[in-house]
Amino acid sequence: MRLQFVLAEVLQGLRRNATMVVSVILVTFVSLTFVGAAALLQMQVTKLKGDWYDLVEVSVFLCPEGSAVPTCADGEAGDEQVAAIEDVIDTELGDIVATTYFETKEEAFEAFEARYPDGYQGTQLTVDDMQASFRLQLADPEQYQVVDDVLTGRDGIEVVEDQRAAFEPLFVALNRASIVAVGLAGVMLLAAALLITTTIRLSAVSRRRETGIMRLVGASSLFVQLPFMLEGAIAALVGAVLAVVGLWLAVQYLVADWLARSVDWVDYVSTTDVLTIAPLLLAVAVALAGVSSAVTLYRSSRV
Amino acid sequence: MIRFENVSKVYARGARPALDDVSVDVERGEFVFLVGASGSGKSTFLRLVLREERPTGGRVYVAGRDLTRLSSWRVPALRRGIGMVFQDFRLLPNKSVYENVAFALQVIGRPRHVIRTTVPEVLEWVGLDGKEKRRPHELSGGEQQRVAIARAFVNRPQILLADEPTGNLDPTTSLGIMRLLDRINRTGTTVVMATHDDEIVNEMRRRVVELSTGHVVRDEADAVYGRREEILPAVGPVAVLDAPGRDVPVRRITVRPEPGDVAAERASEEAAEHLTEDIEREPVSEPLEERSSAMSGAARATEEA
Ligand SMILES: Nc1ncnc2c1ncn2[C@@H]1O[C@H](COP(=O)(O)OP(=O)(O)O)[C@@H](O)[C@H]1O
Ligand SMILES: [Mg+2]
Repeated sequence: MRLQFVLAEVLQGLRRNATMVVSVILVTFVSLTFVGAAALLQMQVTKLKGDWYDLVEVSVFLCPEGSAVPTCADGEAGDEQVAAIEDVIDTELGDIVATTYFETKEEAFEAFEARYPDGYQGTQLTVDDMQASFRLQLADPEQYQVVDDVLTGRDGIEVVEDQRAAFEPLFVALNRASIVAVGLAGVMLLAAALLITTTIRLSAVSRRRETGIMRLVGASSLFVQLPFMLEGAIAALVGAVLAVVGLWLAVQYLVADWLARSVDWVDYVSTTDVLTIAPLLLAVAVALAGVSSAVTLYRSSRV
Repeated sequence: MIRFENVSKVYARGARPALDDVSVDVERGEFVFLVGASGSGKSTFLRLVLREERPTGGRVYVAGRDLTRLSSWRVPALRRGIGMVFQDFRLLPNKSVYENVAFALQVIGRPRHVIRTTVPEVLEWVGLDGKEKRRPHELSGGEQQRVAIARAFVNRPQILLADEPTGNLDPTTSLGIMRLLDRINRTGTTVVMATHDDEIVNEMRRRVVELSTGHVVRDEADAVYGRREEILPAVGPVAVLDAPGRDVPVRRITVRPEPGDVAAERASEEAAEHLTEDIEREPVSEPLEERSSAMSGAARATEEA
């Protein structure tokens, strides 16, 4: 009885305020699309990090012949220095380093030759142009700084390099894009909240007669206000559903069908990821409507 | 049932108090007229009973509850026990007669089967049988007020408040409304009616509480309206109103009531014959008092007319 009655009231309210409801739907749609885009960008960043960080290592280059670095004053790193460094890695970085691999000059040269059989940019290099190094796989790639702190400046080590550094510009760009999306989403969400507030107030004004009688005959405040709250919530939810559909289509046609074909060595976000963030978007919509109606009704209705 | 103890009400934007040190005690089952000129505080009195306003001083008790201490979430429960009728009817224009009355039950969550049985019953009782599907604008003023009364009474409140319910109606139609209110009163419902319709007050011979600029200037049982020049100074003395003794026939202004009102009145009386007993036997939350005065002044006056 009650539910049916409330739903009838809600439908009537939605019909009566159709223009406002449509604008709430559109603004929520756009703002939640931005929220969703930001979330998808972050998921893409995570995916890339996950894939690429497994492949990259920290290279600890040992002193070659004739290096100008102070720690290489003794010339090419000798066996003793190598053993000392290995010991430090084992004892001080045992928790962080997952695997340690020592690459000799010769191995480095073989790898080089395999990659560039015709020489590198016209010059023929020899084994002595190569550098021995430790290749460290970190259990957590984010811990690079600790490795750098421990190893840099030790005798026999010329330089510690994080291959991750190569990807940093891309991640910085993606993170900035997410920040922009979140910023725009914030502005649009504010607009949506204000619109919902106005819609609820308008709806309340247009139903003043009904609500006056409801209060008069002793309807509870919740019952009087529920239709308005539901109107706001339904409009916001429809906006959220549109945002999910929009993102799904964007991922399907822009990413899966087009981007993934042109640049196929990257693992992209998928429509499954869109479905993963869908509950988040719906929750944001509900929270948005809830906060807006709570604020409006708190200010407008005293018994 | 309703007790005002030294109640004062000063509106935020009001210069003088709308009510000033008012003490009134209304017993269960009583019928009380609240009379006084415009602006004397009648509506304020009723709003305080409904807790639409809070007094600025004193205490208001309704059905044993101290309204000055009642928390807002209990207000709906208070109002479910009070019916309210206005001069302007306050019906929902886009709902039918039936829907208007059913609305009052729907919004307090009454189950559908209860609504289906009580609404037609109360509509028949107020004389609107067969007009369930009409919209308010398709009814005469008297019929609209009957719908409003049906809505106020459908939940069987212990108290019925009426703020100038006959203010927009012609005298004959008003009389029909008064007979209805009287019948409601005879079911045990306490009725407080604000009015400045002197004829009605004089004919009903019930308790009269007279307000003047927020003060109670008179509180009499079986009273008449009072001297008109005191209450409505601009109008001046009118012979018939000054001392219409109980048995002196009342001269009325002849205004033809609309046919709908006459029919409603007749239907209502007939329905009363077989329905009043049912309604009186309805399990109202507290036991009803027997009222001895079966026939009211209004009923008698109609028969004479
Ligand atoms: N909401 C209000 N704000 C300020 N003053 C009010 C308000 N309602 C009534 N008043 C004042 O209170 C006094 C009593 O008004 P009211 O109770 O409506 O009298 P009545 O119903 O007897 O005509 C009047 O002077 C009126 O102007
Ligand atoms: Mg008034």
